[in-house]
Amino acid sequence: MLELAQHILDIAENSIRAGAKLIAISINENSKDDLLTIEISDDGCGMKEKEINKALDPFYTTKTVRRVGLGLPLLTNASQTSGGKLQLSSEPGKGTKVTATFQLSHIDRQPLGNINSSLISLVATNSDVDFFYNHRHNDRQFKFDTRSIRKEIGDVPMQHPEIIKYIRGVIEEGLRKIKTEA
Amino acid sequence: MAKLTINDLKKIKEKVHAEMALRDGDRRVKITVHMGTCGIASGAREVLDTLLQEIEAAKVNDIIVTTSGCMGLCSREPLVTVEILNQDPIKYEYMNPNKMRQVFKKHILEGEIQTPFVLARGAEIIK
Repeated sequence: MLELAQHILDIAENSIRAGAKLIAISINENSKDDLLTIEISDDGCGMKEKEINKALDPFYTTKTVRRVGLGLPLLTNASQTSGGKLQLSSEPGKGTKVTATFQLSHIDRQPLGNINSSLISLVATNSDVDFFYNHRHNDRQFKFDTRSIRKEIGDVPMQHPEIIKYIRGVIEEGLRKIKTEA
Repeated sequence: MAKLTINDLKKIKEKVHAEMALRDGDRRVKITVHMGTCGIASGAREVLDTLLQEIEAAKVNDIIVTTSGCMGLCSREPLVTVEILNQDPIKYEYMNPNKMRQVFKKHILEGEIQTPFVLARGAEIIK
């Protein structure tokens, strides 16, 4: 994978498969500490201690159609090659949290990439899941919550083309305003 | 661009309500973009994004778009399944934004299956 936004989409797809109803994605660009943090947490089914240890193994998967599961290992590798690390915490019945850190200025750090496209991909295809996105760039912040949109639109479906177009505009505007650099 | 506000959302809601009253909101087509790690790494997100923008531009709302995981054919990703009501699902392989546009215009809107891109007809059987 070439951008961190694709990793975010991939990990969030894991959350959806774990039956999550709310997925929180937070990105923190901190130039002072030269640190980029990406955190994805969900309220899905969670994992047992045994599974947590196995989840980072590329040859462990819960699926039966193939013998590898590369989502988390790829993100681990992306963070480690740029001087960061990946932390995974989970509790059965409560949910899972994935935290990946990166050295912001590291030459091997993947670019953040097209966050808007990843978020739209998630929102437009999962009408029953809510997303909370929180992006910090030093002292600037952009928050986006599908729950507040849902409250406003009532019985209009979330994946209606007009709503998606609106969300696309909101995210684009928000990211421009905080001058994201990663 | 002017700032987007909650008021814009209210306007969209009213507009959509007016349109919905004129139509029976039946789903004619279901499109599944396979979004496993393999799919994402080979460009499924761009395919999905193109599809959503085409739907927006064509102003159709009888199409439902969903994602699914990997089905074990990682080497043929990105895969897209098109299911038109009362017809066999069609699986397209090696998709990209341009092929997606073609499939959307020719197959989804006009009903003409784009055989050069087809992997298979029918649903997969998950073990």
